[in-house]
Amino acid sequence: MEYEAVIGLEVHAQLLTDSKAFCGCSTRFGAEPNMNTCPVCQGMPGVLPVFNRKALEYTIRMALACHCTINEFSRFARKNYYYPDLPKNYQISQYELPVSEHGWVEIETENVKRRIGITRIHMEEDAGKLIHDETRPVSYVDLNRTGVPLIEIVSEPEIRTPEEAGAYLRVLRSMLVYLGICDGNMEEGSFRCDANVSIRPKGAEALGVKAELKNMNSFRYVQKGLQYEIERQQEVLSAGGTVVQETRLFDPSTGRTASMRSKEQAHDYRYFPDPDLLPLRVEPQLVERIRNELPELPAEKKKRFIEEFGIPAYDAGVLTAAKELAEYFEETVNLFPNPKAVSNWIMTELMRQLKGEEYGIASCLVTPTQLADLLKLIDNGTVSGKIAKTVFEDMCSTGRDASEIIEEKGLVQVSDTEELRGIIRKVLDDNPDEVSKYVGGKKKLMGFFVGQVMKATKGQANPSRVNEILAQELGTRGAP
Amino acid sequence: MKITQEEVDYVALLGRLALTPDEKEKYLAQLDDILKYMDMLAEVPTDDVEPMAGPVELYTPLREDEVTPSLPADEALANAPARWGTAFKVPKVIE
Repeated sequence: MEYEAVIGLEVHAQLLTDSKAFCGCSTRFGAEPNMNTCPVCQGMPGVLPVFNRKALEYTIRMALACHCTINEFSRFARKNYYYPDLPKNYQISQYELPVSEHGWVEIETENVKRRIGITRIHMEEDAGKLIHDETRPVSYVDLNRTGVPLIEIVSEPEIRTPEEAGAYLRVLRSMLVYLGICDGNMEEGSFRCDANVSIRPKGAEALGVKAELKNMNSFRYVQKGLQYEIERQQEVLSAGGTVVQETRLFDPSTGRTASMRSKEQAHDYRYFPDPDLLPLRVEPQLVERIRNELPELPAEKKKRFIEEFGIPAYDAGVLTAAKELAEYFEETVNLFPNPKAVSNWIMTELMRQLKGEEYGIASCLVTPTQLADLLKLIDNGTVSGKIAKTVFEDMCSTGRDASEIIEEKGLVQVSDTEELRGIIRKVLDDNPDEVSKYVGGKKKLMGFFVGQVMKATKGQANPSRVNEILAQELGTRGAP
Repeated sequence: MKITQEEVDYVALLGRLALTPDEKEKYLAQLDDILKYMDMLAEVPTDDVEPMAGPVELYTPLREDEVTPSLPADEALANAPARWGTAFKVPKVIE
């Protein structure tokens, strides 16, 4: 039987506020354990949480960017569970009345565009961190992260393949970073994803039993984890078995998922409205102000790049995936107004240096000004396109200017006609056999001569000039 | 009876309460009474009334995103039965 997968994703994004969601403790990463805690985030009796206005505004930004409805009235609720990373024994979240719901984002896989529905975006607080001792039966609790504001973005179960899941996550991360509300770092956990996945016979309406996947801390792991889980469920059903509803952890070292088998499995969160927090009212004027202040989002920027710069849709997609890369492109084009040339250089040479990771631009040593200068030097013939690539590698590792490297290493392109003619005559004199074969009709040897000239000039000869002069010189030798 | 012995056990488990058999009997009766009160409340016609979670028409105040001082290390850890550096030390919580 042919099955199809039904995937829903829950994304948690840490908001870039200075202080926590319900108290004034710092959200700064990397402090000594428990140095950013107070009676509120430690869950002491008798304290009162007060919500962070910026966390609310950031949430509304994302909700509007995802075409969600903003609820004028919403509520905070307590989600009860026992685990030492949560000192209150409940997490403040939203349940029945989230701040926003009913949105969508557009994703694109293999040139097919599709809308994925967003069920809801709500606000909650993060839990602390546990470090488990590897040799002794103890764990260490650090509550610095406890109370850091999060948004949870819940998708409709409309994702069908691991590739779509990856595309959806990339779209969300890109939007969060453009909006300036989350750093989008998956490895450090400021952007996290859990997946609900089930399979059903293709074309069926009813949903199968789902498994919840956790511990996938990169885009690649999400896709691998989902792929493995879909295949696992297919095998179970094909063998006449049944899928069990459970939480499964992805193991990056094996690429498999395994059941958590935890006693905490029997979750009964007993949500109820948090009596410490009054209902939240979001005034329509606030929503309108935030809507008017929304920056250009990735999809709009991509469209503009295609129209304004005339670059292909694929290039525009890569260039706008990360905000910093898009800005890098635009700044370079301002200084060297040939968008196609700039795009080509970024898409090939720069992306190779960034190992295909758009966000790597943040640590790139070459500034837009330096890249524009290099492109100008290619344009005016000072350096060949081929040599420029090695110059660029040098620039990426040292951060030095192109002109400095070219001068120091003597890489200036040889375009001088007389100089080249001298070199070419010598090459022809040194290879009389090839010359006579060429004259005799073996025209393919042209490539050989060009190669010899390049070798003699260490690749610095201007290729179009070389072709021109070689043709002339060979022409004279062909004459009887 | 509105509640079963099993439900009392389950609620006790969720609340991390270790109850003696006598206590279970006592709470069974008390919880049963509470549920009966709820039934009485349910008799009030509320079809035209908006649900509410509090008696006052107020909305939660918001604070500005400003960092205020956290507790010094010794105060943050004052109630900890065991510590390691400035971390709370607890029995291992995963298998």
